[in-house]
Amino acid sequence: MSDKADIWQGTLALMTLKTLELLGPLHGYGIARRIEQTSGSLLTLNYGTLYPALLKLELEGAISSEWGVSENNRKAKFYKLTRAGRKRLEQEAKDWEQTTAIMARFFAATATVKGGAA
Amino acid sequence: MKTLRASLLRLAGLFSRNARRRDADFAAEIESHLQLHIDDNLRAGMDPVEARRMALVTLNGLEATREAYRDQGTVPILEHLSQDVRFAIRHLRKNPGFACAAILVLALGISASVSIFSFVDAALIKPLPFRDPNRLMDVTGSVESMRRSNISYLDYIDWREKNEVFQSLDVYTGNGFLMRTASGMEPVTAGQVSHGFFRTLGVSPILGRDFSEIEDKAGAQKVVMLSHIAWTKRFGGRPEAVGEVATLGGMPYVIIGVLPPEFQFAPNPHAELWTAIKPDGGCERRRSCHNMDGVARLKDGVPVETARANMATIAKQLEIQYPDSNRGRTATVAPLTDLISGATRPILLALFGGAALLLLIACVNVASLLLVRSESRRREMAVRTALGASGLRLVSQFLTEAVVLIAVGSALGLLGANGAIRVLVASIPNNVAAFVPFLKDVGLNPRVLLFATAVSVLIGILLALTPIVHASFSKLLAGLAEGSRGSAGVAWRRLDSKLVVAELAIAVVLLVGAGLLGKSLSNLLNVELGFQPAQLATISVAAPQISYGKSEQQVALGRKLVENIAALPGVEAVGLATQLPVTYNGNTTWIRIKGKPYNGEHHETNERDVSSDYFKTIGAKLVAGRYFTEDDDATKPAVTLINQTLARKHFPGGENPIGQQIGDTTLSAKSMRTVVGVVADIKEGALDSEIWPAIYHPLNQDPANFVSVVVRTAQSPISLLPLLGKTARQIDSDLGAFGEATFADLIDNSQTAFLHRFAAWLVGGFAALALLLSVVGLYGVVAYSVSQRTREIGVRMALGAQSASVYRLILEEAGWLATLGIAIGLLMSIAFATIGRSVLFGVSTWDLPTLAAVALLLGVAALLASYVPARRAAAVNPVEALRAE
Repeated sequence: MSDKADIWQGTLALMTLKTLELLGPLHGYGIARRIEQTSGSLLTLNYGTLYPALLKLELEGAISSEWGVSENNRKAKFYKLTRAGRKRLEQEAKDWEQTTAIMARFFAATATVKGGAA
Repeated sequence: MKTLRASLLRLAGLFSRNARRRDADFAAEIESHLQLHIDDNLRAGMDPVEARRMALVTLNGLEATREAYRDQGTVPILEHLSQDVRFAIRHLRKNPGFACAAILVLALGISASVSIFSFVDAALIKPLPFRDPNRLMDVTGSVESMRRSNISYLDYIDWREKNEVFQSLDVYTGNGFLMRTASGMEPVTAGQVSHGFFRTLGVSPILGRDFSEIEDKAGAQKVVMLSHIAWTKRFGGRPEAVGEVATLGGMPYVIIGVLPPEFQFAPNPHAELWTAIKPDGGCERRRSCHNMDGVARLKDGVPVETARANMATIAKQLEIQYPDSNRGRTATVAPLTDLISGATRPILLALFGGAALLLLIACVNVASLLLVRSESRRREMAVRTALGASGLRLVSQFLTEAVVLIAVGSALGLLGANGAIRVLVASIPNNVAAFVPFLKDVGLNPRVLLFATAVSVLIGILLALTPIVHASFSKLLAGLAEGSRGSAGVAWRRLDSKLVVAELAIAVVLLVGAGLLGKSLSNLLNVELGFQPAQLATISVAAPQISYGKSEQQVALGRKLVENIAALPGVEAVGLATQLPVTYNGNTTWIRIKGKPYNGEHHETNERDVSSDYFKTIGAKLVAGRYFTEDDDATKPAVTLINQTLARKHFPGGENPIGQQIGDTTLSAKSMRTVVGVVADIKEGALDSEIWPAIYHPLNQDPANFVSVVVRTAQSPISLLPLLGKTARQIDSDLGAFGEATFADLIDNSQTAFLHRFAAWLVGGFAALALLLSVVGLYGVVAYSVSQRTREIGVRMALGAQSASVYRLILEEAGWLATLGIAIGLLMSIAFATIGRSVLFGVSTWDLPTLAAVALLLGVAALLASYVPARRAAAVNPVEALRAE
């Protein structure tokens, strides 16, 4: 387990939104599986933590839910992105890219200094 | 925006209907999630049992998920709070003794402080019912013997013209008319004002118009402004009344307007009619005749000090310009509020201080109750901590309990305050109530409720802090291991002992306060009056100017009154006076003694006109010379009597005043009178006032159409009262007869006596409660300490300690606390009494007998409170005590 990263607070919501954007309406289990698969099993996801996150997004109006039937004929609750959710995803994705870009430059800079000193 | 929306939905999630629906929904969702996962696992080749187990493991536990989901759906703090409240209520209901005691004590403290605050609010905080009232100033004269004295009309005109600090300056004075009503002639209180008076106050008539500029000039048409009550009661509330002509004192007055119903001017609270002051009368033409008071509105931005300085300068100029009349006269400028509520302020503040102390002692009491409980709940807390309750959660549990107690206590306290306010207001006699116009505003208004809330919050913080400060929760786990041996008492005893010392000290302060106030009251009621008020009845008689304008008519009326009332059954003596004793120092004259050096100073001297039997009737004492006789009338040489204070001041060194000549400042021939007697000092002013020099003239030489009759009777003076009015009206149905009272009542209900009695009783009540609470508190501490030390005592006794030494052990501890509390309390009470000494009368701030009595009382009470647990300790059976654990 120790070589797998725990999921960051806050990134779960972003991943969920992105998943829903890509795959359209999906149930909780499907979202969880998708996140796990996309991370290439680098991530352990407690499926239990997904549901509070979904509820939070729903209360905030980023997603909406509806009961439906799954591909293998099971009753399931499907989540889909709302317009507000789409906007939010856009914004947060941009923020995220910026953050990672900054972090990347930061680490690169550190390496240079280190190299120079050596 | 999104967080607002989410918060609202989460708040909605608190309500159980929403919560249930969401829980059911989520259960279905989780169920479908598990099914989907199990399906996948089965497809991957797991057996059904393993497939379900793995699905649950990946979900990280069903219950944890459900809890996390629920927390996301509501506000956990609030959810915990509602649990805590329910738990606290359940807990308190299981300990009804504790809950009742704590709530009752809190309710007592809160109702005392809130009800007293409602008086403080109405008297000292609520603004006067005038426009921009803090710009209104009381502007009057001042002389050495009277800090606040009337001004003369001519001075007023100069002040008004010369000042640079007031937007407007107006004057007012009292007045009265006889009006004919269905029940005969009735005296009606009125006020006389300069034309701008109501505009200065910022009051406009609701009907008709205000006085115009010409209406306070000499010879102007007589007009009258009606108070709302006079308009409804005497003029049927008809709008047409404005413009009609009313006959007042036999003269026609045109009604020009009606004042608003809420208008009341506290310095003249009963005035039903208002007329314009005109410089027609004799008094208004003399600069030395002072009969009015001023009220002014400051110009914007002008501070009181500037106004005071400006007025002082003007007064100084007038003093130089008119030394005969204005020597030693200066001007005072003070906020109008000071005039209206100044007299009650010290007593109200003293009472408020008392109530605050009572509240404090109540808090301390409840705090120590809570402490005892937190002690006995250490195990419970430890268990809850062990089961995973966070420290925060435990603190919030304590907080919640305190809050529940305070909420119930405050609610009861407010109810109590409401009742107390009614009782207190009802206990105020009418004659006093009239001069405290704020009484009608006393009640649970928003300001008072705000105060109550603030008090509750403060108590809440105090009570919640006590157990937290005391029990650091890291120690709680220790409680679990400690078992029931409970040696933890040490830290607790230290804090709670401090609380008991505080309680005892506060009780001492209140007891000393009650003692000093009680002593003041008793001094006041036993003050040397110079006459015998018992068995005296009085009534005032006013005669209309038209039929009793001449001296002979007034003399004849006086004689007739005395004669007819003397004929009533049981009447022993009848006297008349222009002013009754124990009313006020004032109505003064300036005297000068013939043959004595004089350099123009003004000797303010009370001047009273009395009938021949007056001194005999009231039971005064003649020191030298003779009283007046019925023959001392206008046909005889003018004579006068002086009081001892005047004799001492002007005839020092045993000089005989009899036969001396006294006159006005110029010794004018018509003012000269011969002193025929000296009477022992009579208290003319209020009970707590000083004796001023006084001079008495025979009523027959200086008659009046308004007199007070005093009657000494062998029977009960109350039964005589109805007969007095009837007798007066039988002489002439045009006479106004009013104000029947027994003299004992007049003194007993005088404002001074009342205020002192009010304060003494209330603080006495507070002190009694404080005594009770502090003694119970001491008992609680000692009893708890004994119960905690049962084992120790058992060991001591097993090792041979006698019961006497056990007594000593316990009593020493209690004695130490009591002594400390009493000592601190005595010091504090001297400090407090010094601050509040203005409400004391004839007793020093450190009156030794009071201090000693209080110390003794509390000492004995403390001894009793600790004797009971000490006895229990001495009765401990060592074998059982050791085996008990």
